[in-house]
Amino acid sequence: MKIYALAMSSVAVIALASGLAVIPAAAAKMDVTVGMQLEPPNLDPTGGAAAAIDEVVYANVFEGLTRFGPDGAVLPDLAQSWEISEDGLVYIFKLQSGVTFHDGSTFDAEDVKFSLDRARADESTNAQKALFAGIASVDVVDPMTVKVTLSKPNGSFLFNMAWGDAIMVAPETAADNATNPVGTGPFRFSEWVKGDHVDLVRNPNYWGAAVSLDKVTFKFISDPTAAFAAMMAGDLDAYPNFPAPENLTQFEADPRFQVLIGSTEGETILAMNNKKPPLDNIKVREAISHAIDRQAIIDGAMFGYGTPIGTHFAPHNPAYVDLTAQSAFDPDKSRALLADAGVKDLTLSLKLPPPSYARRGGEIIAAQLRDIGITTEITNVEWAQWLSDVFKAKNFDLTVISHTEPLDINIYARDDYYFQYADPDFKAIMAELDNSTDPARRTELLQAAQKKIADDYVNVYLFELAKAGVADAKLKGLWLNSPTQATDMTGVHWEE
Amino acid sequence: MSAHARRTGIVSAAVHHPAFMAGIVLSSIFVVAALLSFVWTPQDPLRLDIPGKLRTPSLAHWFGTDHFGRDMFSMIMVGARVSMAVAFVAVGIGMLAGVPLGLYAASRRGSLVDEFIMRGNDLIFAFPSLLLAIMITAVFGPGAVNAIIAIGIFNIPVFARLSRGAALSLWTRDYVLAARVAGKGRLRISAEHILPNIVNLLIVQGTIQFSLAILAEAALAYVGLGAQPPLPSWGRMLADAQTLISLAPHMALFPGLAIVVTVLGLNLLGDGLRDLHDPRSRRTRP
Repeated sequence: MKIYALAMSSVAVIALASGLAVIPAAAAKMDVTVGMQLEPPNLDPTGGAAAAIDEVVYANVFEGLTRFGPDGAVLPDLAQSWEISEDGLVYIFKLQSGVTFHDGSTFDAEDVKFSLDRARADESTNAQKALFAGIASVDVVDPMTVKVTLSKPNGSFLFNMAWGDAIMVAPETAADNATNPVGTGPFRFSEWVKGDHVDLVRNPNYWGAAVSLDKVTFKFISDPTAAFAAMMAGDLDAYPNFPAPENLTQFEADPRFQVLIGSTEGETILAMNNKKPPLDNIKVREAISHAIDRQAIIDGAMFGYGTPIGTHFAPHNPAYVDLTAQSAFDPDKSRALLADAGVKDLTLSLKLPPPSYARRGGEIIAAQLRDIGITTEITNVEWAQWLSDVFKAKNFDLTVISHTEPLDINIYARDDYYFQYADPDFKAIMAELDNSTDPARRTELLQAAQKKIADDYVNVYLFELAKAGVADAKLKGLWLNSPTQATDMTGVHWEE
Repeated sequence: MSAHARRTGIVSAAVHHPAFMAGIVLSSIFVVAALLSFVWTPQDPLRLDIPGKLRTPSLAHWFGTDHFGRDMFSMIMVGARVSMAVAFVAVGIGMLAGVPLGLYAASRRGSLVDEFIMRGNDLIFAFPSLLLAIMITAVFGPGAVNAIIAIGIFNIPVFARLSRGAALSLWTRDYVLAARVAGKGRLRISAEHILPNIVNLLIVQGTIQFSLAILAEAALAYVGLGAQPPLPSWGRMLADAQTLISLAPHMALFPGLAIVVTVLGLNLLGDGLRDLHDPRSRRTRP
């Protein structure tokens, strides 16, 4: 009996000792749980416009010929290098060798041709078909070389190829990417529990630098209060786009967390229906522009996180012109302009989608407009209703919305876009921009475009949305800024 | 017993009914705040003061300020007005539609019309009331008016059932029989003999429904389907406070208290009224 007990305890000691030896290795955490506000409708970036798709799979599961770096620069990805012909019409891409898709098939020039032809085909469901509009033909030179011919020079072609909508897919698996994404990235898709999370696991056969994480879980928590609680409880390691700016001060005060404040491509605007009287009168639009105190909105709705903008352009872009003074807060001028326009007792509808920048910002805007004698009828709408009522049916006077696509000033040239501007002079600037490849001329044109929409007071340009991310203090390598909709986990690692 | 003696009996019973008195006091706070807000609030409840946001209660702001720097006390006063208006009109709709339906059904007891009316009421009654309200506001859009209609509709079966049940027992009374013998029609008997005898019941039920309507309005406003901004509303004040609760607990505390106090007050008032009108329960009290 005694011997038996002794044997048992020595077994226990050995087990304990070996256990102790294992613990330090196991303590190095190899997985990350990332919180997201919205669940993606599918996981195929070539088949949907939702930002949440790219936030899960961009750079993690799928890669394109080029990609965005953390600072927004266009970097080589599956295309190792490229040559551009003198006339700017022919791009010859040299591909990375030894790249395989997650299903084991090799990535080569045929896949590039398939992906690009699929995206620009007439029956394509790509949400950003305009990115591919200039492509005349895609030819396979040899398995590692692709020649893309454009119908006219396009200075932003390499930029376009870096979008999530331009990722490379395999012909065998493209049809199922919505539910079972198969790409070439450092992580492969593992599991999607609808309404809860998506799991990605390390791709052992990745062609590039190996990632340091074994597993990434994207968890969908839309309620800001629940997200706050989950971060505080340690259920989440990071929440790259934290939905409640009011909680950030608490995270900043807590040494367990780091708060990452960066810039995004989100121009938040008070959009006006430019064809609907009396908003078709530039004086009325100018009056509304001068009635808005941007800083009050940033402080009141975003708790100080945000940069005022005076035109539809990201302030961190080198071509940005600061035009905030042109529509500075001046309620007296607003009242004078309204009187000049002969508008009295104006009542406008203001439709607000769910995010707090819109709901809270909208209430502040309503109060500021009330000061100059404009009554607003606020309607809080859900996203589906916003898309059908405002975006499609254009049944609105005012709405608050953030445009998060990079370099999207060209939306002002679109016919029949929801705020209904499409000024011919502006369209001419955009047309010239599309055709020029000279960087200096492009900057000039971009600045002319910014000035044009500021002069016409198309919308009230409020502020650039800040990217407010929260993460465990020991988690390194997360993107500070948001040059595109992505949660790039390739460089993320736990500090020892 | 003379009328005078009977009245003093009720008054003294009321004074000695502590729950009823508490109900009166709490409900009057609510009614006074709502009525007073038409002429006076400490500050303009719509004026934003962003630099002065999230202030804790002080002499200048008795209940503190919200995330836009608005004065919470003034907002709660105006919110009481909104709650009262919604609840009053909603219960009014319920009574005006429900009581005649119930009386008519009782006068035609057992007929096809009776069945039709009461099964229709069962249909509305069987539907979860808040879900019905959400459906109505989803179809017709959010707003105070649609919230009133939604809450009013689910008040109809409550009053229809109550008045039918009470009227049925009255239809067997001798004085009703006498009226019928005298040749009075069903509608006239309902109006002249039945209705005056069930008014007490209706008032008691109305008080209870009033508090339920205030709760329903707060719930609808909380999910964004009630009165739309900038009009203050208790439910929306709570919703606004939700993400700020660890930063500014007073933003949730005061609207929450306002709802609790008002609903509790109206419920106590309703219970007390029922006790006072019911001679049996009055007699058992010391």
